[in-house]
Amino acid sequence: MSEAIRDLLYKMADDELILGHRNSEWTGLGPMLEEDIAFSSMAQDKVGQSLAFFELLHSLGEAEPDTVAFTRNANQFHNCQFVELPIGEYDFSLVRHFLFDNADYLRFSHLKDSAYTPLSDLAKKFMGEVKYHLMHGEIWMKKLANGNEESLTRLQKSLDYAFPFALGIFEKSEFEDQLITDGIYNGEEFLKNLWLEKIQNQISKTPLQLDTSVEAVFGGRKGMHTEHLQPLLDEMSEVFKVDPGADW
Amino acid sequence: MIITEEKILHWLEEVKDPEIPVLSLIDLGVITGVDIVDSHVKVSMTPTFAGCPAIDYMKKDVIRVLHEKGIENVEVEVSFKSQWNSNMITDKGRKALEEFGLAPPPRHDFIIDIDILQHVKCPYCRSEDTEVKSPFGPTLCRSIHYCNGCKQAFEQFKPI
Repeated sequence: MSEAIRDLLYKMADDELILGHRNSEWTGLGPMLEEDIAFSSMAQDKVGQSLAFFELLHSLGEAEPDTVAFTRNANQFHNCQFVELPIGEYDFSLVRHFLFDNADYLRFSHLKDSAYTPLSDLAKKFMGEVKYHLMHGEIWMKKLANGNEESLTRLQKSLDYAFPFALGIFEKSEFEDQLITDGIYNGEEFLKNLWLEKIQNQISKTPLQLDTSVEAVFGGRKGMHTEHLQPLLDEMSEVFKVDPGADW
Repeated sequence: MIITEEKILHWLEEVKDPEIPVLSLIDLGVITGVDIVDSHVKVSMTPTFAGCPAIDYMKKDVIRVLHEKGIENVEVEVSFKSQWNSNMITDKGRKALEEFGLAPPPRHDFIIDIDILQHVKCPYCRSEDTEVKSPFGPTLCRSIHYCNGCKQAFEQFKPI
């Protein structure tokens, strides 16, 4: 049981940490001031959420949050590959944010009823935070999809590229059946179906086209990553590694 | 000295949110419990946002203030066991926010959408002819708005 819970917590913690780091790369570079602030704020939320997950893991016997965040190699991370992809141009970051945060919101809304109380406590809290991410993503998707030919073409291209990776969010773990039986949650397939319905509904309000029959990119949950993750980890942990014992 | 919960809560009025110095932790609603066993005082707190960097300062301030009041044995537990939401800000806190120039969050029934951020009353001129500019602001708990009445940008402590 506890191994299954740890696996579930690690994948959520790693998703939030890695996407939080990616979002923070927009700080100072956003296409306009409000977007700079939005991506920076969402980064802060996500890193905060990852910290709460790492603290829960620490209470279950795992190492300190900083140690876990800054000293593992890429193959020890359980995030989906989607979150580690470089920020690219704003259209890709926006599409990723829209697809991921919808999944995140549905996940937390569902986990608030988890039989595992420490997790349901966090989910209740994070739902309110991610709600604002959701609002932000949906407004901009609608705005830019209905903008001009360039904005629509860019979004479509990013959506086509992002979607197989987004399906990878829902890669099942070996503990899936046990977690479902124990009432921890209803599993990835359940969440994926809720998400597909939500995304299709949102996309249908825009001129964007979505082909949901594409094959998902899996592997991240099992430690298989793209060439982009290790450089991100090296950069993220650079300061920590100068003096790992330092008290900040 | 007899330590009571009321006394502790009264003293904690002195601890302010470092980012909104007019708001005490009591008014903010982040103190979720006080347990007194003999001379040992345990204060339970919960962050406004998981990523709020002010929580460590608040925690240290709680310990500092209670030490100053002569309580040696203080423990502060930060957890998500009860989750903060903006309805927990007191009426006194809402008034303080408004005077500080931050629109207080509307009380809500947990259905938060973009509409709740529109037409927020301007804390400067009280006009409701305002629009939301961004659901994200200079800190995690604030959104950015513009008032068509007095033609000024303002911020709101956002409903969550």
